Amino acid sequence: MRVSLNWLKEYVEITVPVEELADKLTMAGFEVESIENTGSGWENVFVGQIIAVNPHPNADRLTLPTIDLGDEQATVVCGAPNLKVGDKIAFARVGARLIDPDTREPAVLKTARIRGVASSGMVCSERELGISDSHEGIMVLPDDALVGTPLADYIGDIVLDIDVTPNRADCLSVIGVAREVAALTGQTVQIPEVNYRETEPPIDDQITIEISAPDLCPRYCASLITGVRIAESPAWMQQRLIASGMRPINNLVDVTNYVMLEYGQPLHSFDYEKIRGKKIIARRASDYEPMTTLDDNERELNSGMLVIADVMGAVAVAGVMGGVNSEVTEETTSILLEAASFNPKSIHYTGRTLGIPSEACMRFERNISRELTLPALRRATQLLAGLGGGEVARSIVDVYPEKLVQESITLSTGDMKRCIGIEYSLEQIISALTSLGFECKQQGSAEEAQVTAPYWRTDIRLKEDLIEEVARVIGYDEIPITMLSDSIPRHDTDPIIGLKREVRNILAGLGFQELMTFSLAGLEMLKRLFPESHTVDPEPIRVTNPMTTEQEYLRSSLRPNILVALSENRKHEDGGIRIYELGKVYLPGPQDLPDEHEMLCGLLSGPGVNRSWQGEGNPLDFFEAKGVVESLITRLGVEATFVECMDESLRPGRRAAITVDDNKLGVVGEFHPRVLESFDINEAVYIFEIDLPELLRFAAGYEMYRPIPRFPAVVRDLALVVDAGTAHQKIVDIIKGFPLVKQVDIFDFYSGGQVPEGKKSLAYRITYQSIEQTLTDKEVGKVQKQILDRLAKDLGATLRV
Amino acid sequence: MSQQPEQLKEKALKELESITGVDDLESWRVRYLGRKGELTLILRGLAGLSPDERKTVGASANRVKASLEKSLKEKELALRETRAASVDKDAIDVTLPGRPFPIGKLHPITQTVHEVCDIFSSMGFQVVEGPEVEWDYYNFEALNIPEEHPSRDSMSTFWIDYENEKGERPMLLRTHNTAVSARTIETMEPPIRVVEPGKVYRYEATDATHGWMLYQMDGLAVDKGITMADLKGTLYEVIRRFLGEDRKVRFRVDYFPFVEPGVEMAVDCVFCNGKGCRICGNSGWIELLGAGMTHPDVLRRGGIDPDVYTSFAFGMGIDRLTMLRYKINDTRLFYNNDLRFLRQF
Repeated sequence: MRVSLNWLKEYVEITVPVEELADKLTMAGFEVESIENTGSGWENVFVGQIIAVNPHPNADRLTLPTIDLGDEQATVVCGAPNLKVGDKIAFARVGARLIDPDTREPAVLKTARIRGVASSGMVCSERELGISDSHEGIMVLPDDALVGTPLADYIGDIVLDIDVTPNRADCLSVIGVAREVAALTGQTVQIPEVNYRETEPPIDDQITIEISAPDLCPRYCASLITGVRIAESPAWMQQRLIASGMRPINNLVDVTNYVMLEYGQPLHSFDYEKIRGKKIIARRASDYEPMTTLDDNERELNSGMLVIADVMGAVAVAGVMGGVNSEVTEETTSILLEAASFNPKSIHYTGRTLGIPSEACMRFERNISRELTLPALRRATQLLAGLGGGEVARSIVDVYPEKLVQESITLSTGDMKRCIGIEYSLEQIISALTSLGFECKQQGSAEEAQVTAPYWRTDIRLKEDLIEEVARVIGYDEIPITMLSDSIPRHDTDPIIGLKREVRNILAGLGFQELMTFSLAGLEMLKRLFPESHTVDPEPIRVTNPMTTEQEYLRSSLRPNILVALSENRKHEDGGIRIYELGKVYLPGPQDLPDEHEMLCGLLSGPGVNRSWQGEGNPLDFFEAKGVVESLITRLGVEATFVECMDESLRPGRRAAITVDDNKLGVVGEFHPRVLESFDINEAVYIFEIDLPELLRFAAGYEMYRPIPRFPAVVRDLALVVDAGTAHQKIVDIIKGFPLVKQVDIFDFYSGGQVPEGKKSLAYRITYQSIEQTLTDKEVGKVQKQILDRLAKDLGATLRV
Repeated sequence: MSQQPEQLKEKALKELESITGVDDLESWRVRYLGRKGELTLILRGLAGLSPDERKTVGASANRVKASLEKSLKEKELALRETRAASVDKDAIDVTLPGRPFPIGKLHPITQTVHEVCDIFSSMGFQVVEGPEVEWDYYNFEALNIPEEHPSRDSMSTFWIDYENEKGERPMLLRTHNTAVSARTIETMEPPIRVVEPGKVYRYEATDATHGWMLYQMDGLAVDKGITMADLKGTLYEVIRRFLGEDRKVRFRVDYFPFVEPGVEMAVDCVFCNGKGCRICGNSGWIELLGAGMTHPDVLRRGGIDPDVYTSFAFGMGIDRLTMLRYKINDTRLFYNNDLRFLRQF
């Protein structure tokens, strides 16, 4: 809401500097987003009058207007199409600070030669003066502007741009803001009495008004003005409309807008002659009812909408837009002026459905008071009769089937203390509320008052609403600072929250950088993970109103976004990249809400150790990724086995499921080259991916203490030759099955050379230990022999010689 | 036979002479004086000799033993001296870099979440999470934002492709974590103190200060006797601990349908020190959070009696807090995942 300070001053005395006023309003809930000083840059701009317009000798589109400035005359070059001798205009002398219409940046006006003619000064458009965006022609000032006066003196004003919260429809008006200003600065609001002359016959003889849908139209008021002359509005009205961000049209339209801005009540004017049957009916539209609105659009209405109709059909979509058939034109002389109350929900629905947002809609939607109609209608009638020179039919039609009664609310000093935490005296409470127009009745000696909200405060319903009013008028700065002092509630934090933090910390220790990527992805991107089937499985969840197709689906995998991040970072990173994201994937759930699954996905690529004076390490590889997983889960007390698995995104033969007791925790592997190609990556990339809820099942809890062995361990090496296809895990599983074996570590892997074709050599270090005694060579030798025999029998292993 | 110890002594001393490292002395000791050492064997062999021989050889062997032990001690002392004297000979260039370990860090947003959660934890708040894909009910209806409420217009919503029996689309990407508070009120018994971090989504064009995906944290306290002064105290303390003593804080009236009275908190802009700039929209202030006393209807709807309990609620921008702490002037950096940015934190 843009509020002109000049206008505001009509209703309340401004006793504080404007910055302080803005600060008070902001603190009290009306954020002043800007203070615009129209006229602050106009030191060299004056009111002038065009006394001649001559053609430019060298250009058809340019003219040479001569401007009378009172004490002198100036001739300049001008490109505007609307120069008219006799018009009052804003003239900028050289040195004026204007807005460059192209760059929209401030610029100082200099003397220029335009097509061979010198020009010292300029006739300004609204855009150049920073008043509005209009630059189609020069700004024409009203006739009453005095030639030679500084423009700032004539139309200068300060405009506060106030963010009015949705609960305060009453403050979408100058008077509403004036009431706030009064309460916050200790002033009172002065609303001048509205008087005008009425003539016979009474309006009741000339129009009948009927409300057939009182749920959608609880009140309808109208006045009738005849003999109106449509003309331009006076300058003061035009200036205030411009300051408020509205464009002056003619006296009739301007009056309805002006009163809407002043009182907050939207009004509508009908050409009385066009109302058929001289009857207005506020009724529900019928489904598919057609109507042509003022903007010449053919609309289709339905029964959720209210129309204003005459005996033949709809003449307006109530509160939203008028109909062409009742439109006021230049020829109109009799005006039926409407000020009505409409159901906020219905207006919201109608405005949205028809796609016609408007200032009027916005006010109705926010539930303006039903009591506003009458004063606003009287004010508009007064203005219109005054400006348009018409006669007002005696009385006003006021159909008000559903009068609302403001219930009183009891508020005590105890209520205030319970909510805010400090003692306010009853005097303070009553004084704060009274300053806002509330009526307070003290209940004898009790520390409480019966409070009734003024009619314009439709937002007041509960005791809490009053508490806020008191606290905000006295000031939130008065609220003390205390700490919660009661006992701390019982905590049962979801263990996954702790697990996520631990996993992140472990990965940081392992050298991994955490990423955070968007939750929405494109289908095409998700499909890249499936180079064989080209089908995203499971089918991802779609957003019905995506901003782009790249953000149309909830991600069903963390992989694509991290691959993109890797690809992007590779453009400037030479070294090893170790990145991961820990976040949700969204899968169609068994119930209606999706399964939001916490996943961990890490990628590795590039050299294992960045080049240094001690040389370069091996490239990161599958076993690095696997080592990270082993390190991570071991820290969490989980022991897993890795088995070859299916995963379309990963390279066959280099992909393994991480499993615990046949439960799949995740995968580790190398990306399929075709997946990498689709992400513009041309290096090997390794991945580990872990399902966190699944990991949590095994990571929860803790192990009991085991005593440190008292007897020494005996270590024996075992070098084997086996078939190339024999998995290391099989050998380990067999060795571990023997008694006294405490630990098995592979320390050498070798193929080729002396090892026969189709075979490989593996060397193990076996640690034997007993909890009961020191082992002898003989005992250990016996087991070692049994192991070898068993490996020979089961796997055809032989001892390497 | 009686010459044996003396011959041994000569050999041993000669060998000892040639030893240059302290660490080699032990093997010399084992060889001659150890349990199976050469001199020890001579002494053990005395049993098989005649009494006379035993006497001479024994005496000689013991003399040699004492002598060797003494020489060993002297040698050790000498070697240690030498070593101590030459300790500065093997100097290295200590300015050469150490072996490069990969450095891993948490995303700055995660760091802020952890730190702010820890601050709240120290005040007895518990961390709770809720779904990002949410029912219209928890995101709006339960919070006093019915279908036609104007506040919906300021929270443009992503809707999920889902229709219920009535043909409505009540599933959405939550626009604020207050939805989690609505669930908390429904599921937990007072006293309650929770914070709810997580991502939220707004159907909004992206620029330096607005993103369509944001990280926020809501919070809720419900108990007998909770006041707005407690709310102010709690939030001031969190901001003081996270942003430091020097920030100016603004605690002003604002409106949110689910609280009454309502508050907005802002801190002075770190980019212009409150003078007004592009980032703060020339106001000199950067909004951090909305808060207030939980609306009685919201409590009642979730099964908590507002006549018995009072409650405060708040919702803060984790992105904003992070921007303020590190003077990051573009939120888009958080989700672009440029390692040159992320490694700075």
